[in-house]
Amino acid sequence: MKQQATLLHAPIATRLTGDPMVLRITRDLAVDNPHVHALLADANAHALHYAAHLTFGNEEPTGNRVCLPEDLSYLAEGDIIRLDPTLGRIHVMYRAASRNNAVFVTERCNSFCVMCSQPPKTRDDSAMTREWLKAIPLMSEETAELGFTGGEPTLLGDLFLELLQCCKDHLPDTGLHVLSNGRLFNYLSLARAVADIGCGDIMIGIPLYSDIAWRHEHVVQARNSFDQTIRGMMNLARCHVPVEIRIVLHQLTIPRLPQLAAFIARNLPFASHVALMGYEPIGFGKANLSALWIDPAEYQGQLEEAVGILSSHQLPISIYNHQLCVLRPSLWPYARRSISDWKNIYLPACTTCTIRHDCGGFFHSAIHAHSQHIVPFTLPAVPS
Amino acid sequence: MLTPKLPLLSRAFKGEDRYRPHGDTGYALLPLRFLRLDTRRYIVSSIAGDYTVLTNESLHALVRHTLSPSDPAYEALKAKHLLIDSDSNVAVDLLAAKLRTKHSQLSQLTSLFMFVVTLRCEHSCPYCQVSRQSQDRSAFDMSQAHADKALDIAFSSPARHIKLEFQGGEPLLNFELIRYIVENAAERNLIHGKELAFVIATNLALITDEILEFCKQHSILISTSLDGPQSLHNANRPRPSGDSYERTIQGIQRARAVLGVDRVAALMTTTKASLSQPEAIIDEYVAQDFHSIFLRGLSPYGFAIRTRAFDAYHMQEWLEFYKRGLAHILKLNRDGVFMREEYAALLMRKMHSPFPTNYVDLQSPAGAGLSALAFNYDGAVYASDESRMLAEMKDQRFRLGHVETDTLTSLLTSDSYLDLIASTMTECMPMCADCGLQPFCGSDPVYHYATQGDVVGLKPASGFCHKNMEIMRHLVTLLEDDLDARRILMSWIG
Repeated sequence: MKQQATLLHAPIATRLTGDPMVLRITRDLAVDNPHVHALLADANAHALHYAAHLTFGNEEPTGNRVCLPEDLSYLAEGDIIRLDPTLGRIHVMYRAASRNNAVFVTERCNSFCVMCSQPPKTRDDSAMTREWLKAIPLMSEETAELGFTGGEPTLLGDLFLELLQCCKDHLPDTGLHVLSNGRLFNYLSLARAVADIGCGDIMIGIPLYSDIAWRHEHVVQARNSFDQTIRGMMNLARCHVPVEIRIVLHQLTIPRLPQLAAFIARNLPFASHVALMGYEPIGFGKANLSALWIDPAEYQGQLEEAVGILSSHQLPISIYNHQLCVLRPSLWPYARRSISDWKNIYLPACTTCTIRHDCGGFFHSAIHAHSQHIVPFTLPAVPS
Repeated sequence: MLTPKLPLLSRAFKGEDRYRPHGDTGYALLPLRFLRLDTRRYIVSSIAGDYTVLTNESLHALVRHTLSPSDPAYEALKAKHLLIDSDSNVAVDLLAAKLRTKHSQLSQLTSLFMFVVTLRCEHSCPYCQVSRQSQDRSAFDMSQAHADKALDIAFSSPARHIKLEFQGGEPLLNFELIRYIVENAAERNLIHGKELAFVIATNLALITDEILEFCKQHSILISTSLDGPQSLHNANRPRPSGDSYERTIQGIQRARAVLGVDRVAALMTTTKASLSQPEAIIDEYVAQDFHSIFLRGLSPYGFAIRTRAFDAYHMQEWLEFYKRGLAHILKLNRDGVFMREEYAALLMRKMHSPFPTNYVDLQSPAGAGLSALAFNYDGAVYASDESRMLAEMKDQRFRLGHVETDTLTSLLTSDSYLDLIASTMTECMPMCADCGLQPFCGSDPVYHYATQGDVVGLKPASGFCHKNMEIMRHLVTLLEDDLDARRILMSWIG
């Protein structure tokens, strides 16, 4: 049972110099394009024609040989890494075996949500974004789903569209899931531009925190954002781009949750999916923990009512980031195992739970806050 | 329960006072209507059909522009787009989109086409609106040539979904024509590619394996009549052999065995004898494994007027019957039996879903013609099933034309039809225009013409108005005051 998050960044020992490299990992000693590959092989392998030669253990870094810590021993064929020789860092960008791969597009954002798990930064990081244009063509065409996250991806303007085009060209069958605050889709031209790329399977996930404009704007700390987001959703719907509505549950969103559900059913019935998401106590979510946190056990009534309203209007619903032992059984059909594998953990209390394998578990940040009502189930999940 | 506490965000964040609208900029009313719900409360609704319930005091304050933003009603009114303030102006865009969605069925035009394949019937129900006892096929059966012309009209509709419903009389007495129409329509649809559905409204007495096999092959839905328990059903529906109930139940079982349980629907009609036993009628439906029932009153058309069956009880008596029935159905649901009352379900959809419904009698403008057309056995085209029943009383007011001489365009653009449409928009009909239930209701010109001699009618004297206002008030009261009922009623929307 996993009680630790998976490490995605690590220091490395290397003698390489130069600009950061985006490389696909292989164990194949004879690939066609070794200059974009890192060969994962023991220290004796003949690998000088590869961009890098990855080994584990305490080998001396010589030539293009890079020594990795054991924490990265999960690296496998088809994974994609970013090697920064100057800083001596490795960053795992993509794991071929994972269903939770995401393109982290930018750290910049035009909102400042009080519970943001990924607090925005203001520096220009478009160089990092461009590295994804190198990584996407190296990804497997079998990739089932690829997330776009940030930051606010639409702030990149044409570069955002370029990334989507790159996915369409190289990953035509991959489902794209873009997290956006939707505000810039207030410009119909942007919604049209996304639609015109013609990605086969794309969905834009947009948060909405209240049916009352200023209450939403308080959560995202941005005036006029409610109207921009609503018009953005309407523009996307007008261009037939699927929209998902995402609601994070906390002190500012719970009191009017049923009203918000009714508002969505009446005004945004085109939504392809509504996600009701548990609080992630990290980033601003950690900074504002005492102001925002509610034990999920305390809001089951509002959650059940909201789900009842949405489901009576046939809207597809998911409940994310909640543990089965705190959800009312009527809500279990909507609970998903949603937490990305690399940051998904279970508590020691879960060890004896008989339905743990159906349960979404926790963010690794649950060490900062989790429900006081975590109780392992001891009976078989399905009575015989 | 949550303990209310003032969230204290870390200092990098602004508090809610920085976002809450300030000062005395006030609010403006968006287009709204209101209606008294009971002595304490009003229903307030928008042009798009969002509604909320207000206390008398809150309504008075609202219209006097003295409602405080801190009043709990304020945010409900704002979120339902009944008032607008400096906080946001997207409400206007949303109202426009909702209004467009609510009326989107108008761009589809007619989608339900009824074929009266014969007027003949082997039953002799006293409340029946039209049927004839006759052996003369040529006098009361539709001809193949007329059926062809009727199909031309049906397939010229822009509607994506087309439903062909076979009526009578007892339509199975002319099954050969049904077979001809279904096969012909299926063939035409290879080119048109519409979503095509068929329904046969039959008493099932004449059903055969051959007919059922045909129904299965073409996914034809069977709609039959079941008035309640054996004694009531047989009293309502006399046959010479007195076995209508037995034949109906046998027919239902037989049809389900071939078509599947959910491909057979049943309708009931309330007679004077029904009034005392809504529970027994509903229990009969449960016993027959139906999960929905449509509690329907008598219609003032055809023989029902001639035989005075329609006058057998007052609307208020029927409404008491309806409410008792609905209460029984809610109780069944509380006890774990899934059962739905179709009229309440329809009104729930009209009150809560942003999407249009296709129920012909609650449209504005009237659904007669725009939503549905009836092809009578003689080729005459009527604005609705009821219109052709009225015609059997020698009143041709709603005869739109004839299949031999008309097209869909000529039927729906004649001066007399356009007059009818123009006078049946509840948005501007006298009294409807001011009614808080206007967005959920509709107009039934045929009913008002039959009862008052005028397609608009005087609403205080209208049984249609009485019925719909009372049922809607009853539903809103249940939704407001009975959480359990609310949960069940909400589940009927989908």
